[in-house]
Amino acid sequence: MNRAEREAAVRRVMADQPVPVPPELYPEAVRRGERLLRRGRLVRRVMWLLVCVAIVGFGVWAAYAQPWVEPPSQTTPPVNGW
Amino acid sequence: MRERQVSQRARRAREFEAFVAGAAGRLLLAATLLTAEAPDANPRARRLLTLALGHTYARWHRLRGEDPYDCARQYLAVRFARTIWHRPGLLRRERPVPRGPLAALSPQERLVLVLRMYEGVAEEQAAALLGLPVERVHTVCDRATSLVLHPVLPTGPHAVNAKVAPS
Repeated sequence: MNRAEREAAVRRVMADQPVPVPPELYPEAVRRGERLLRRGRLVRRVMWLLVCVAIVGFGVWAAYAQPWVEPPSQTTPPVNGW
Repeated sequence: MRERQVSQRARRAREFEAFVAGAAGRLLLAATLLTAEAPDANPRARRLLTLALGHTYARWHRLRGEDPYDCARQYLAVRFARTIWHRPGLLRRERPVPRGPLAALSPQERLVLVLRMYEGVAEEQAAALLGLPVERVHTVCDRATSLVLHPVLPTGPHAVNAKVAPS
């Protein structure tokens, strides 16, 4: 029995049993698919919201703290170890 | 915007229904072969297929010319592979007696055999999908083939037969 014959025989063995498709399969799959889509939309929305909040928060902090301005030197640095 | 969404959704439902009507039988048989259940009592295979179809439905508009059948089959195979590798003990306890024509094989042998022989996936593609070397897929497929064709004899001589058989 050569390779092609063996492969054909295995294919026959695997394909010879008809499997009835249950009618609830399609609505169930659609339900799951819709749920996945909804979850994806929700995750995307939450991510965008977080990004927006982070940008606004950074802007507000930067406006108040002005980290690019060098703070005025009011005291000489402390000298220790004399 | 809302109207476009509604029409998109209706189109997806229509296309998806046609796809399921055409592909579900073949995919369900593949899933039943994977789980080694009886054709008329296959809860695990049905669940596997429902998950795969749900995934395909969710990806429908992002397939971009990719074959939806391919997408569902890939998800089915990867999902089944994950259940073998992550919880082998648990599954073995759950599954009472494997039935069907591939009952004598291990889950991995069934997976490789179904992908290669039933679905006709190329060796390289199957190997890439399962994260195995191509030679390993080749060997497992040969061993599984001889096990299915000569189920009564013990395993030892079969591996040798498979090697000796002209290819």
